Amino acid sequence: MAAPIIELTAVDKTFESRAGATEALRAISLAVEAGEFVSIIGPSGCGKSSLLRIVGDLVQPSAGTVRVNGKSARQARLDRDYGIVFQTPVLYEWRTVLENVKLPLELAGRPRGERERRPPTLLRLVGLEEFAGHHPWQLSGGMQQRVSIARALALNPSILLMDEPFGALDEMTRERLNQELLQVCAETAATVLFVTHSIAEAVFLSSRIVVMSPRPGHIDRIVTVDLPHPRVDKTRALPRFFELVTEVRQSLREDPRLAAGREGQDGPGAR
Amino acid sequence: MSRVREYAPAALVLALGLVLWEAVVFAFSIEFYLLPAPHVIVQSLRENYPVLVEAGLYTFTEAVLGWVLGCGGGILAAMAASRSPAFASLVLPYAIASASVPIIALAPLAIVWFGVEQGSKIAIVVLMTFFPTFVSTLRGLLGVAPQSLELMTSYAASEQQIFWKLRLPASLPMTLTALRACATLAMIGAVVSEFFGGPVKSLGVYIKSTASLFQTRQAWSAILVACALGLLFYFAVALVERLVMPWHFERREG
Repeated sequence: MAAPIIELTAVDKTFESRAGATEALRAISLAVEAGEFVSIIGPSGCGKSSLLRIVGDLVQPSAGTVRVNGKSARQARLDRDYGIVFQTPVLYEWRTVLENVKLPLELAGRPRGERERRPPTLLRLVGLEEFAGHHPWQLSGGMQQRVSIARALALNPSILLMDEPFGALDEMTRERLNQELLQVCAETAATVLFVTHSIAEAVFLSSRIVVMSPRPGHIDRIVTVDLPHPRVDKTRALPRFFELVTEVRQSLREDPRLAAGREGQDGPGAR
Repeated sequence: MSRVREYAPAALVLALGLVLWEAVVFAFSIEFYLLPAPHVIVQSLRENYPVLVEAGLYTFTEAVLGWVLGCGGGILAAMAASRSPAFASLVLPYAIASASVPIIALAPLAIVWFGVEQGSKIAIVVLMTFFPTFVSTLRGLLGVAPQSLELMTSYAASEQQIFWKLRLPASLPMTLTALRACATLAMIGAVVSEFFGGPVKSLGVYIKSTASLFQTRQAWSAILVACALGLLFYFAVALVERLVMPWHFERREG
């Protein structure tokens, strides 16, 4: 078996502040294989975003090791192995949609031919080719996030890190983008680490779901999603889909600290 | 058409103001040396046209040159200071405090240092425009959204790339706002510095000498020229602002 693409071993993270130390993550060990789509789910404050940032070398772990593509996370970042999609689109307002997608190619110093050819292809992939000349504020939230996905794919990264990319969108838009994301991932063969707080989204997208609990954040269990591919609208109606949603929800609820106030949230029929 | 509708109320207020001014002067029989009626000022403007144009250009040159040097220096200094946030936080409080210093009070000294001609006035305008531009540009360069920076970090961008592709374009709105405000400051600085001494062919000296001789209508016509030049300067900079960052304005209007 090939070495994992992402491998975390006994990772701890403690944030120091004037108010004292906060233990955000404790003893996180996780291996993600090539081509996997792994979701990290958990309530607010369980450190799931911090975990993603540690993998992306945007935050340093307090202890433990992170190996990405057989190198340190820092080296992987310097080699531009990552494409990152943040909670907000983070588009530069002085750039057009096309120019925003072009940014990573410019930063990586790619040849002019590639800088000209690649962005339109990426915009077609996310269905925004006719908005190439628009400025970000002229687009809806969902469209902006698609631009940021196109940008994340610009350098054809082996790893996509996505931090609640659809969290701010309405349920209909989110479901459509979920579908699109799977198509895009199928075409790029990227390994995806995906942070979310929506159970239905995690079940629909993932090959495995990492369920986390807070204070300090740790991995409760890992649910393997054995739904058939390709995942389509009908997938959401399969009995197995509901079973998995229930399984993840129960895993989240087993933690007594989370039991209160979560009834009815995140379920497929809740909205 | 929408432009006309937008500015029509303001134009109406101006017209009404002038009519009211005329009416008050006549109704209360105010002597023209105290407050000349608008039509008298316009008459004086026509009579003294060549002198006023020469004086206006002389003063306007000071304002524009001082503005270019002061704002240009402020932008360059801010770019340099932004390379070291520690240095920036060291100088920023002083630069901000300078806004409350009446720099115009240095005008008599400027004459001692740079002579009675344009040099001393330009020096005052440079001082008046340097600090606001410096502070605004530096804040723009350093006040970039953390997420925008994180995006750059995730792509292993160099400091150079972060500066040219993020900090500089992100700071443009603040810098250009400062440039616009400084255009107004520059005209004030030039005219007021001339009150402390200068050649006769300058607006400040013209206003001061005619006013002290109770030639009020001439003084007013020169003030009118100063106003017109100040507005011209302001709108020229505002136009450049729109050309440099169309995205910023489309958004507000969109």
